[in-house]
Amino acid sequence: MKRRSFLITTAATAMIASAGLPAFAEEPLKVGFIYVGPVGDMGWSYQHDQGRQAIEAEYGDKVQTTFMESVPEGPDAERALTQLALEGNNLIFATSFGYMDAVMNVAAKFPDVKFEHATGYKTADNVAVYDAKFFQGRAIQGTIAGRMTKSNKIGYIASFPIPEVIQGINSAYLHAKKVNPDVEMKVVWAYTWFDPAKEADAAAALIAEGVDVVMQHTDSTAPQAKAQEAGNVITFGQASDMGAFAPMPRVTSTIDNWAPYYVQRVGAMLDGSWASGATWGGIDTGMVEIGEISDAVPAEVKAEALALKDAIAAGTYHPFTGPLNKQDGSAWLAEGVTAEDGELAGMNFYVEGITAELPQ
Amino acid sequence: MTLGGIDIIALTAMLMTASTPVLLAATGELVAEKSGVLNLGVEGMMIMGAVGGFAVAVATGNPVLGFAAGALAGAALALLFAILTQVFLSNQVGTGLALTLFGLGLSALIGKSYEGIRPPATTKLDFGPLSELPVLGRVLFSHDWMVYLSLGLVAATWYVLNKTRVGLVLRAVGENHDAAHALGYRVIAVRIAALAFGGALAGLGGAYLSLVRVPQWTEGMTAGAGWIALAIVVFASWRAERVLIGAYLFGGITALQLQLQAAEYSIPVHLLSMAPYVITIVVLVILSAVHRHGVQAAPAALGKSFHASS
Repeated sequence: MKRRSFLITTAATAMIASAGLPAFAEEPLKVGFIYVGPVGDMGWSYQHDQGRQAIEAEYGDKVQTTFMESVPEGPDAERALTQLALEGNNLIFATSFGYMDAVMNVAAKFPDVKFEHATGYKTADNVAVYDAKFFQGRAIQGTIAGRMTKSNKIGYIASFPIPEVIQGINSAYLHAKKVNPDVEMKVVWAYTWFDPAKEADAAAALIAEGVDVVMQHTDSTAPQAKAQEAGNVITFGQASDMGAFAPMPRVTSTIDNWAPYYVQRVGAMLDGSWASGATWGGIDTGMVEIGEISDAVPAEVKAEALALKDAIAAGTYHPFTGPLNKQDGSAWLAEGVTAEDGELAGMNFYVEGITAELPQ
Repeated sequence: MTLGGIDIIALTAMLMTASTPVLLAATGELVAEKSGVLNLGVEGMMIMGAVGGFAVAVATGNPVLGFAAGALAGAALALLFAILTQVFLSNQVGTGLALTLFGLGLSALIGKSYEGIRPPATTKLDFGPLSELPVLGRVLFSHDWMVYLSLGLVAATWYVLNKTRVGLVLRAVGENHDAAHALGYRVIAVRIAALAFGGALAGLGGAYLSLVRVPQWTEGMTAGAGWIALAIVVFASWRAERVLIGAYLFGGITALQLQLQAAEYSIPVHLLSMAPYVITIVVLVILSAVHRHGVQAAPAALGKSFHASS
């Protein structure tokens, strides 16, 4: 083959691949992922990778997936996304909140590549967002925590002060308070999604402050290990089941099940029906799953938690139902009013009763 | 005992545990750099130590063997670096970075089957009546043996570097390898030994992370601790005693800021979470400015390859 014709052929192949024309269906659809932590974190990134594997299992040779792990949020994310786009990926999943601006910048440069951004709120013609209602799981955790705490102090290892995390803290606190009016919430901000040593230190600091329930919104299982070491502290699996720590300290978990969404979105790419949008799935759609409640939880508490889960799934109960006040005492939701999705997506305040100050 | 709502004893215990991995790794890197080799692979050696130590401790049920294996794993990776940079004269910066990537990848592969397992507990040293002393007993005499070993290693490193002939030779090699060579010292052998020692300490630090501080194996669990260790060596202007100050300051303020948050102090969280970095840098910079050793403190042959014919 002459060099020039080789170059032309290569260029043509690349163009066809990036356009994803159905006529050339033998070219696999290339799907790329960037993860904020390692695949083996056994939490958040692990769960996204389960979704990626589900795509491969579902579509076989029709797709080709790649991933980049431990991509820091910030400028480096832009480099990683650009690289994935240049490698000819037709659909790219960016699986952390902090990738938001990087996704928007890269998407503007590659209008033919479709992007999916997890937990964000900025969309474009080729950028869709998706998120799960983690706060529904937190409602169940809060109920169990409120019933089971003996010190009436609940610890919460938070990552960054963004709506997704604040919703979780508020929901857990409200539901713990509902069943146990004496409950206090102590929040420690780790300012990281994944740093096992720091997460372990944060758990130790909370336990030293007398909490006997540790909730986490970080990605590793380190807080679980620290709680296990302490003995009489309970925890909840975060993002993934973390079943290795059951029945104690992990008494149940909130599992992010991204697989059905990923399979559906890739399917839409394959049949050409992909469109930008915002998806916010919950317990009802299966995007949020509640892990098995272990025997460490008393039977009546377990029954109460399961009833709550069923009510949320059926849509008869919303975790944020008025009357609710903001932390400063001003009214937020009137009696019987439930929070709008849009409002929750921008949540930047604590509810009344939380004593800690929210970093702004 | 509490002071201003902070449990001093719990804080000290956390400070010691939080500082030990970085202290060990930084001490090891100090020795390697004193011999004139810049090994940027600390992170990779630490994580190999973390996974190697964890695997052996779980398999044998003996944390002591685990720590030994962690040190060996770190040293093995350091020897690989030594062969590449000292025998084949590859670029030290590039090789060091590659070593970190290699260590992270290899440890993830080895560690796959160890996720979610609990390691055997590392025993606390029994000081008998001493640990019954009020306050002091809990603060000084209630730690696991690795904490004391790490302090002993820092003291030994300081002593050997500054007070012995071996230390003098090592420093001579690091300051001017041609002169050391002309005097008949075996530059390459000294550097390989220093690198192996540095790797062993980084491995020990990694093993401490996976066996005591967290304690469990998670992929990528060092999360940048190796880079902190490298920075501490620089800010400590290549002095063992300042490495100790730097590591304990960093670990201490990390532990303190989390405790202050848990105790609901009304200090902005942003300030708290950057405090460990800022305060450690400021203190060490002041220390080296006072002694006017700042930039000149780096070993003169740091990062330069040596070949006998050149």
